[in-house]
Amino acid sequence: MELAIGILLAGCAIGAGLALIAGIGPGIGEGYAVGQALSAIGRQPECKGSVTTTMIMGCAIAETTGIYGLVIGILLIFVAPNIFVNILLNAIK
Amino acid sequence: MTKKKFDLYDVMCMRLMILPFIAAMVLKILYTPASEGIQISGALVYWTIDMPLQPLYISEAQVNSVAVVLFVLGLALFLTHGLTVKPESKRQIIAEMIVEKVEGLVDENMGERFHEYGPLIAAVLAISGVSSLSSLLGLFPPTADVNIIAGWSIMVFALITYYKFKGGALNYVKGYFEPIPVFAPLNVISEFATPVSMTFRHFGNVLSGVVISVLLSTALGGLSNLIFGWIPVVGSFPILRIGIPAIFSLYFDIFSGLIQAFIFAMLTMLNISNGFPEEAYALRMQKRAIRAQKKKEREELAAKIQ
Repeated sequence: MELAIGILLAGCAIGAGLALIAGIGPGIGEGYAVGQALSAIGRQPECKGSVTTTMIMGCAIAETTGIYGLVIGILLIFVAPNIFVNILLNAIK
Repeated sequence: MTKKKFDLYDVMCMRLMILPFIAAMVLKILYTPASEGIQISGALVYWTIDMPLQPLYISEAQVNSVAVVLFVLGLALFLTHGLTVKPESKRQIIAEMIVEKVEGLVDENMGERFHEYGPLIAAVLAISGVSSLSSLLGLFPPTADVNIIAGWSIMVFALITYYKFKGGALNYVKGYFEPIPVFAPLNVISEFATPVSMTFRHFGNVLSGVVISVLLSTALGGLSNLIFGWIPVVGSFPILRIGIPAIFSLYFDIFSGLIQAFIFAMLTMLNISNGFPEEAYALRMQKRAIRAQKKKEREELAAKIQ
């Protein structure tokens, strides 16, 4: 019984850790976008305002996939263990 | 410029803005279970109403979102009270500035043909922004509950579908079988991916802010206990928790919340205007003009015959 719950919790924790690998993509993408925006500002300093606004918009949209991973990680750590343990206990009864 | 005094109407508007938030805070204090340490949980459930299929839960998020709506209503009533042709008061200048900015944004991103969408976009911006900012008062931000955002996204999805139908029902159905009919299931999935991705983008950003703030304040409490724990009286009090979380809430509550409100409004505008492109609108207008022309000719003919 304890072993089963332990394996369950370990699985949830490992899954949450794996889900956060999704953070790599947005990191690279946002870095690239900011670099390009900086070089654009360096070439044309007069359009700094509009470049910054568009860059922040694009960054927030590029963040989406990372946020999906984060949501799954949060669910796996704070929500899933209770539900899974309850299912397990009910199944044993 | 004469300075306007507050009259009863303004006072009532201010009360409409502030009282719902106070009521929500009092409810939260009354219903929060007493416990040691900090827990991360979803919205508290205040009341349960028995319904035939499933009990209906009235949760913190719903109560707070009603408070937010009342706040925005009170703000709008307050800003538009006593309008004059020539702006005399500061609040009229602010109200005009807000309206001009939003209409400029709508015209720039959706085109002139969607000019009447200004109020909807302003409402989305105001309610989403104020919801995210309500976490500054210690309330559970309604935008951190997936149900609230899903409701907004479904509204936007209905609007997008309506405008796609307006561009021609045949074109809408044909759009699912492109480029080849085998892709139909994929096209259906990508159609439903729009509201889902809009929901999870906004909800995940605000929720991650909430969770990280709670984790941070727990960690700071432990750290201050570790460092100052040996001092007799002061040690029992988490000193490091004062002020430091505020710096992080600058990003997680204010910046992130407002950016997400802006992005939600932006995606709403872009999706709606992409569903009904300029060419379809021009075609529609052309057909309408031809129909009006024919009707006019027919009427003239009838008048001549008589």
